[in-house]
Amino acid sequence: MNTTRTLATARRVLRQLGHDPRTIALMLVVPCVLLTLLKYVFDDALRTFDSAGAALLGIFPLVTMFLVTSIATLRERTSGTLERLLSMPLGKADLLAGYALAFGAVAVVQAALATGLTVLALGLDVSGSSWLLLLVALADAFLGIALGLFVSAFAASEFQAVQFMPAVLLPQILLCGLFVPRGAMQPALTGLSDVLPMSYAVDGMSEVVHHAGVTGDFVRDLAVVAGCALLALALGAATLRRRTA
Amino acid sequence: MMNKHGPAIEATALSVRRGSRTVLDDLRFAVPPGRITGLLGPSGCGKSTLMRAIVGSQARVAGTLDVLGRPAGHRDLRARVGYVTQAPSVYTDLTARQNLDYYAAVLGIPRRERATHVQEALHDVDLTGHADALAGNLSGGQRGRVSLAVALLGAPELLVLDEPTVGLDPVLRRDLWQLFHRLAADRGTTLLVSSHVMDEAERCHRLLLLREGRLLADDTPEALRERTGATTVEDAFLHLVDEADRGAAAHAPAGSPAPPTVRKAAS
Repeated sequence: MNTTRTLATARRVLRQLGHDPRTIALMLVVPCVLLTLLKYVFDDALRTFDSAGAALLGIFPLVTMFLVTSIATLRERTSGTLERLLSMPLGKADLLAGYALAFGAVAVVQAALATGLTVLALGLDVSGSSWLLLLVALADAFLGIALGLFVSAFAASEFQAVQFMPAVLLPQILLCGLFVPRGAMQPALTGLSDVLPMSYAVDGMSEVVHHAGVTGDFVRDLAVVAGCALLALALGAATLRRRTA
Repeated sequence: MMNKHGPAIEATALSVRRGSRTVLDDLRFAVPPGRITGLLGPSGCGKSTLMRAIVGSQARVAGTLDVLGRPAGHRDLRARVGYVTQAPSVYTDLTARQNLDYYAAVLGIPRRERATHVQEALHDVDLTGHADALAGNLSGGQRGRVSLAVALLGAPELLVLDEPTVGLDPVLRRDLWQLFHRLAADRGTTLLVSSHVMDEAERCHRLLLLREGRLLADDTPEALRERTGATTVEDAFLHLVDEADRGAAAHAPAGSPAPPTVRKAAS
């Protein structure tokens, strides 16, 4: 790892985004609009908004970062810039950390806006600290970055890359407890949801909403999400090869 | 450290396979330091594969391939070899200057020197007037020159350029060749330049002629013309192709009319 190269990569990725203000706006505004919509959908059922809103605070950063990272790294692979970078003195870890830092920074802003809006304006009833919500959102964003990076290796085109979103993330959204509590599903599905990382992303959010202070379950959820992100990142690193056929 | 005496690139029994196909077959050649060596041959003959092998991006390389005294792809070579792929490898959503600034950082050029290096590279490829335009908004030729400027950063000892003049107008092509000669003469840079436009061969000090993964010739343009009795390198190449096709024993009659081939630059 080389700090200069990592920071240069992060700055480069942010500069690329800087030339694309529409993407930034979409990343930041869309979650807020959807959460507001959700609030009025559940106008009569405040408890439902508390649980669904919390779950979505965990899901949004994951989905957004997954999409952005998978497309960005796919572009890097297909434009020849990845091959060029890997023929230069750039470590794979520098590249990955650079991406994680840049998109992580965007995720912080996105999560801060979404959390702030939900707690302050939409009246989400949070027992724990809003900072913990932010922390989980950030971990979820990193998971999205790592998964996006990993699947981009299996996409040959941007068409394929966007299809990985429904393929990889939608099943997790269905099973994460957003629609039906995880324990109330068929045992087989509960078991499946137990091994999917998004379940822990959403559980972590619920812990903060329902409990004051840091619970053991919260720590476990956060650790699982972070562990899965690191695992996906390591697998993603293995797909970056200096020599290709 | 520059390897002053030995060849800049030395290949022995170099082969590359892709799937079941042999892309490069048992190549042996040496590229002298501080000179411009042209790598010529028709599209699909293995030029790009050979260049990728030299910069260490190509998988399944067999045989010996030494670059600046190290095995090709050695980590010490990564800052000493500049490489330009056929398609411009730059970020289209960054300006030319931002592209160069990033690659300069990756090459390890200290922050306070970066702006100077970037400006010099932009000047070398005559893009100072477009430095702050998005690479995606530049013309194809201009984007190619941004990609070339990236390879010039940090004054690498070896430049591997894959068809750097494709699609450029005659004036720019002349300017770039003047730049290549300046780099070789003033900085002692070794250049390996591929092209399928044979008239560019006359501008090189040495030539490697490649056809279907095999080396047809490794010589100076003058010696090639002399040996084949041809007036241009293009005729010499065609002569060698015919000769190779007829087998080693056959000798093509001098002055046999070369087939009327027009080799256009790929658009």
